[in-house]
Amino acid sequence: MSSTLLRSSALCTALRASAPKASKAGIAGTTFVRGKATLPDLSYDYGALEPAISGKIMELHHKNHHNTYVTSYNNFSEQIAEAKQKNDIAAQIALQPLINFHGGGHINHTLFWENLAPTNQGGGEPPTGALAKAINDSYGSLDALKEKFNTALAGVQGSGWAWLVQDTQTGSIQIKTYANQDPVVGQFRPILGIDAWEHAYYLQYQNRKAEYFKAVWDVVNWKAAEKRFKQ
Amino acid sequence: MSSPTTYSLPKLPYGYDALEPYISSQIMTLHHTKHHQTYITNLNNALQTHASALKSGDIATQVSLQPAIRFNAGGHINHSLFWQNLCPANSPNAKSSSAPKLTEKIKATWGSEEKFKKAFTEALLGIQGSGWGWLVRYDTGAGGSESGRLGIVTTKDQDPLVGKGEVPVFGVDMWEHAYYLQYQNGKAAYVENIWNVINWKTAEERYLGSKEDVFKALKSKL
Ligand SMILES: [Fe+2]
Ligand SMILES: [Fe+2]
Repeated sequence: MSSTLLRSSALCTALRASAPKASKAGIAGTTFVRGKATLPDLSYDYGALEPAISGKIMELHHKNHHNTYVTSYNNFSEQIAEAKQKNDIAAQIALQPLINFHGGGHINHTLFWENLAPTNQGGGEPPTGALAKAINDSYGSLDALKEKFNTALAGVQGSGWAWLVQDTQTGSIQIKTYANQDPVVGQFRPILGIDAWEHAYYLQYQNRKAEYFKAVWDVVNWKAAEKRFKQ
Repeated sequence: MSSPTTYSLPKLPYGYDALEPYISSQIMTLHHTKHHQTYITNLNNALQTHASALKSGDIATQVSLQPAIRFNAGGHINHSLFWQNLCPANSPNAKSSSAPKLTEKIKATWGSEEKFKKAFTEALLGIQGSGWGWLVRYDTGAGGSESGRLGIVTTKDQDPLVGKGEVPVFGVDMWEHAYYLQYQNGKAAYVENIWNVINWKTAEERYLGSKEDVFKALKSKL
């Protein structure tokens, strides 16, 4: 069950890599095997995104926040599997928002770590190829896209994310904001996401979130975005 | 046509460091002078634009401003109520004995103060994303046994408790900015500690007063 959710975001190698680790759980005399989500390793050090994002923020964000989504997701997945076993539809429905929230938190953060990189590993280097062309066609320039993206980020009321997404039906790109941990699934494919939760910047930027939104582009990994973009 | 009311930041009824060690002075300063102020600034801007749109009969602009007005007015209302329902831990108002009628009703509703606090804490920790938790009194307007019933409600982002017959008794801000500099991801510790600085005297007044009274207190501070 959990592997279905994970596979639907098949763009994400780290998510897939963590999916097959099977665990056995015996519920009401029945034994079944399922994949457990695990916290992916970062491909850079916590301090590697400084000064754009402090090492302290990265460490808390990855080891604490992201990890809580992983453990909570596994916990609620187990509960929903149990409810399924018992044919308890009401319990399954009641658990859906928790799966969406914690599973979304896991997916979003995994994609986010991948679409960031230190400047000496390509962070901030502009996109090339088909994605660069799509950006120019849709927004005129990369700077124009960044400006619109930052306006979208600033407009998030409460906690949420802004994403550059690709419409799977038309192939076109657009900027969309998502509340809380709502994941980019269904009609849209995530290309590049920026976390606009306060925990993503508060220790360093406090209420000056516009400064975080400006600085984060210095560590955006457009290579990862290019790989997600489908021609 | 007159220009719209301009709202301004209410003074805190205590010093920025008065809630230490439970809420740090740095948090209180930023929360009040930056976050709350930003809601007010953005509210005034939205209302100004709205007034011009009213004058010119631009209905599309009027409608498009509704979310910004709701969000920023909500932020102003919620924070104003929040500052008033907190107080220094060494104040007699921080003891629930300062709210005899309210605590009686709490016991009747949840069984004990401890059980109520547990239920409230669970509600606060269950909020997904930014929001608030409130103890409310349901005001049906009809009086009788329904009126005065208590409940715990959570709201998202800056949704204010208006228009639904819920009188806010006290609220707790569960946005990350309310605790992050001191507690980081340890929001359970923030919630545990906030009980030391709840102003039960204010809570009792809101419980016994009318909905109009609660917002009148807010209006006089504008
Ligand atoms: Fe995050
Ligand atoms: Fe706040």
